[in-house]
Amino acid sequence: MNAIDVKLPAALASECEGRRHLNLDLPAEATLRDVLDAVEGAHPRLGRRLRDEAGRLRRYVNVYIGDEESRRLQGLDTPVEGRPVQILPSIAGGA
Amino acid sequence: MAYLVLIGTRKGLFTATSDDREHWALKGPHSLDTDGFTAVSEIFATAADPATGQILVAAESPHFGPSVWRSDDLAATWHEPDAAPMAFPQDLPYRPLDYSETAGVDQPESDRANTVKRVWQLAFGPQDGRVWAGVEPTSLWRSDDGGRTFAFNRALWDHPQHTTWASGGAGPAVHTIVTDPADPDHLMIAMSSGGIYETHDDGDTWNGVTKGITVDYGPDPEPESGHCIHKVARTADGTWIAQSHGPVWRTTEPGSGWTNVSATLPSDFGFAVVAHPTEPGTAMVWPVQAAMDRFPPDRRIAAWRTTDHGDTWHPWGTGLPTDPYFGNVMRDGACTDAATDPGWYFGTRCGDVWAATDTGARWHLVAAHLPDVLCVRAMETPA
Repeated sequence: MNAIDVKLPAALASECEGRRHLNLDLPAEATLRDVLDAVEGAHPRLGRRLRDEAGRLRRYVNVYIGDEESRRLQGLDTPVEGRPVQILPSIAGGA
Repeated sequence: MAYLVLIGTRKGLFTATSDDREHWALKGPHSLDTDGFTAVSEIFATAADPATGQILVAAESPHFGPSVWRSDDLAATWHEPDAAPMAFPQDLPYRPLDYSETAGVDQPESDRANTVKRVWQLAFGPQDGRVWAGVEPTSLWRSDDGGRTFAFNRALWDHPQHTTWASGGAGPAVHTIVTDPADPDHLMIAMSSGGIYETHDDGDTWNGVTKGITVDYGPDPEPESGHCIHKVARTADGTWIAQSHGPVWRTTEPGSGWTNVSATLPSDFGFAVVAHPTEPGTAMVWPVQAAMDRFPPDRRIAAWRTTDHGDTWHPWGTGLPTDPYFGNVMRDGACTDAATDPGWYFGTRCGDVWAATDTGARWHLVAAHLPDVLCVRAMETPA
């Protein structure tokens, strides 16, 4: 098992009782999808803020694994390998 | 008496309250969620049930997606279900948002899935707990628990004419739902583009009812389906008025055909139609100069009223600006509060909202300089 630190944006903290970090214990081979499944299982509303009903990451939600944005890696299939996961709203949203 | 107006804008929900419908107290933008991102989210749909005071609001965050919030205390507090109020079944075959889109080419294979993009319409039904939702992509959803969970209407989705439905400028959506207090199984919906569909069996079967409505945006001037309908309303005696992407139409029996009733309007283009809740054959529209000239006629904002089922229309109400004005009233940017002396309300894309009572016939400013107004709903609040 790996302990994975998931850092949340302030804009979603209230979905986790105000916390900015979630600490997850997941199998060593866990992917980003597994991380987000675990987040959604514990906090359903937070989960659907991040992904749509087809399980796709919302367009303007960025998830970093270590220092790399997940879309530049293997997306949701990226093995997390114990690295910290940071969720950030992208620089979008209209004027 | 007290009155509440719900104003959905490009950035958040505003509310206004009044005892006389002349002087208004404005609040907002409301934070529906506890983190506050809905204060800058788009509000395309809201609904108020004067019988219970319940309010529903659909907000769409560009970052965090769409959801539906409920208030049982006149917009003081808000509640959102943990699970998504509506979610497409993922075993449903993928349907491109627009049939001009080439599936798998314009849309990467990995992105092909039916997902709720936007809630365009919320409407309380006469049944206890019933709420209908019109959604993009073009679909209809039904709730029997007051808007907490919604079920997807497969019969409409599978309608044989769905291949003629497409995306207008605003997106492919069911944007109009008209319920029937006298017949809970009867429902009329409209979409842009697609047409007008009617059910008499609570959504089990649907009939297209656009006979007689002509178009100038396709080779067939009177297609069976594929019309761009902007809004439909039913007047107090059961006559229907429809504002299309072109003329305003009337019918007493939707299945038998529609008649153009635009002759005395300053233009035949526009978006909103609102019916008087009790006066037969009475309705209002807010004309727009033309499809290719989308400003109010003569650049003056005005509501036009008929009292004879559309045979004649005339500008109604004093008090509106006489200076040039460039904001249109969108599909759901107007309503009545259905009070005994009905209040009429409309908001514009310039962020101004006006109210007038039927007997007063004078428009009073409810709010000014808001973000552009997408929807307006009002009610006399329960005692």
